[in-house]
Amino acid sequence: MTEMVEPLTASVTVAGVNARLRRRYAVDRWFRALGVSAIVAALTFLILLLGTIIGQGYTAFAQSQIRLAITFDAAILDPDGRGDPAVLGTADYGRLIRQSLETLFPDATERAQRRELSRLMSPGADLELRGMLLADPSLMGRTEEIWLPTSSPVDQLVKGHTGRTAEEGGQFTDGELRRIDRLRSDGRLAARFNKWLFTQGDSRQPELAGLAGAVVGSFYSLLVTVLLSFPLGVAAAVYLEEFARQSRWTDIVEVNINNLAAVPSIVFGLLGLEIFLNVLGLPRSAPLVGGLALTLVSLPTIIIAARVALKAVPPWVREAALALGASRLQMVTHHVLPLAMPGILTGTIIGMARAVGETAPLLMIGMVAFVVNVPATPVDPATALPVQIYLWAASPERGFVERTSAAIIVLLCFLAVMNAAAIYLRKRYERRWG
Amino acid sequence: MTRQFLGTAALAFLTMASAAQARDQIRIVGSSTVYPFSTAVAEQFGKTSGFKAPIVESTGTGGGFKLFCAGADENSPDVTNASRRVKQSEVDACAANGVKDITEVVIGFDGIVIVNAKAGPSYVLTREDIYRATAKTVPVGGKLVANPYTKWNQIDAKLPAEDIVVYGPASNHGTRDAFIELIMDPACEKQPEVAALAGDEKKKTCQSVREDGAYVEVSENYTVILQKMISQPHAVGVLTFSYVDQNADKIKAATVDGVVATYENIATSKYPVSRPLFFYVKKSHVGVIPGIREYIAEFTSEKAWGKSGYLAEKGLIAMPDAERKAEAAKAKDLVNLKL
Repeated sequence: MTEMVEPLTASVTVAGVNARLRRRYAVDRWFRALGVSAIVAALTFLILLLGTIIGQGYTAFAQSQIRLAITFDAAILDPDGRGDPAVLGTADYGRLIRQSLETLFPDATERAQRRELSRLMSPGADLELRGMLLADPSLMGRTEEIWLPTSSPVDQLVKGHTGRTAEEGGQFTDGELRRIDRLRSDGRLAARFNKWLFTQGDSRQPELAGLAGAVVGSFYSLLVTVLLSFPLGVAAAVYLEEFARQSRWTDIVEVNINNLAAVPSIVFGLLGLEIFLNVLGLPRSAPLVGGLALTLVSLPTIIIAARVALKAVPPWVREAALALGASRLQMVTHHVLPLAMPGILTGTIIGMARAVGETAPLLMIGMVAFVVNVPATPVDPATALPVQIYLWAASPERGFVERTSAAIIVLLCFLAVMNAAAIYLRKRYERRWG
Repeated sequence: MTRQFLGTAALAFLTMASAAQARDQIRIVGSSTVYPFSTAVAEQFGKTSGFKAPIVESTGTGGGFKLFCAGADENSPDVTNASRRVKQSEVDACAANGVKDITEVVIGFDGIVIVNAKAGPSYVLTREDIYRATAKTVPVGGKLVANPYTKWNQIDAKLPAEDIVVYGPASNHGTRDAFIELIMDPACEKQPEVAALAGDEKKKTCQSVREDGAYVEVSENYTVILQKMISQPHAVGVLTFSYVDQNADKIKAATVDGVVATYENIATSKYPVSRPLFFYVKKSHVGVIPGIREYIAEFTSEKAWGKSGYLAEKGLIAMPDAERKAEAAKAKDLVNLKL
């Protein structure tokens, strides 16, 4: 900076200084206003997005159910009276429901009317009774008031998503509408908590479709991902940061890792198909393979985050450890890694959050599929949460519209919990270097 | 320590994977049009037969044949669904990979329906109108020229004065093949200007869809088409009947050649644009993968594909009684495919 001695001109008067000051402050105010409006715009979009999803999806957490007096008639379910589970497992529970409905509506005597009666209930309602009896055999012979799921068209009508007439999407005859109205005024038909959404796998019947299979599939995939990508990522970062000598070679590795972080995930899916399925012969649609593909997706993110966290540990920690005679490995494992761990964990969780929302790599390895059974192990066929959203969004049945949004809400909750964990870990273990 | 434990756990997973080689679950791939029907059968089958419910992937007809024909070993699918008949080239590809014996089952019909939003104008179309609205080159005044039409009333003064916007399936889709085969080809080959062309040239002229933005390709996901319809009431979409059936309060079907697309009209072949749907079974897997015979039996049972079966509720159009009976017998005996 050089001191300039200039003659006093008009600009260096008090008035000139004040004018310039006002201008600078005005620019400052403008900048702040711009910042605030940017935040307002971002928040508006977020609220719009969340608003539409929650507005469309909250109704899926309830399911219309009809309260029926069901008699567990031993003459129908177990004519031999031996309580053999094989007999009880294949008995005609649908008949119990039909009997109960027919006592409720004794005027429905013709065959067509009786068919209308059974169309009120979900085709899976009998499985509900089967599950109850198998869990509690003492129900046999008793009569219980039980809430059973209605079919999806009835559910959509009760929730007001379709109208009553055919033009408004209703699929009911006048007789059916009368019966539905009577059930409602009797308090026998009501929207209650939709437990099937959380306990069932996928189904073609919207009222029976659940997220359990997708949640478990996502969980196993993430488990495999975390078990592989965390140790691999940390080991790679530690080696590059603490052991490798800076050379052209490490530069190339570094550039490549940064590039990998930006590769579209479908590429990792193709790689996974080729290596894990075609070469290694691992089973198709398995969360194990999904986890392996997602490991490829999240590994670069974790390596980069871990390297940043290691870099943030001040050099005097290393020097002090080495000066006291620690080996480099001791220096790393006893001092540097524990100090860098909060940063590494945060990076890992963010990498996992990216992995949990991925669909593209799973498409190639066959996880975009209709899977009814909830997977028991990581090698059973399964889907994942984002895949389930895609599949439901593509389904023609009306009941899946609200369930798609409900699945998105569940996925967002998953992500929120993971991000909250990342913030907690950072706050809890954060250290400031004075 | 921890890392050692993690490593062992990862290894354990890999060993579990190789141990679980033998498959006890049917695997199905193929058409997204057949997917709603195939999954409904799979679910019913899983509930009632004592076998595990099959895994159904929606890969598109072409993608399904590719996977199906990739090999005869247990890692390849057992069944593929198709919204068109298998091609000779696909049968050859199958045979080259050791998949020689295939059984074909026709499951019913599907109508291809031209729809638009309830709020929009009502379209009364002929196949020629649709051809003129969507082809790349059309005959005008004795010459083949690049499609000049931008509004429907330019094609026929009786049609509404609305911009031509058609949302239809992309070229990898079985529905696109059917759209070309059932609407474009018949209308196009009637034109004297086209009839004069040589075989290959004719095919190219008839099967090319305009690329100037009036025909918008939507791949795989029909729900997207549905949403576009509602936001643009004058736009028309090419959908399959099951979607129209399920969303009758939002969209309406155009009449084609004077016939409305209803269940009865498609079943009796009055409606001109309907096609059969298929699935194909790999015979070498029957008896190796448990449940294939039983799955076929479930699919071809009256309570599934019959006139009032559960597939009819999903929008599948049942075949006439005699054809169903013949097809079920063929499926039961696993008769070999003959093209």
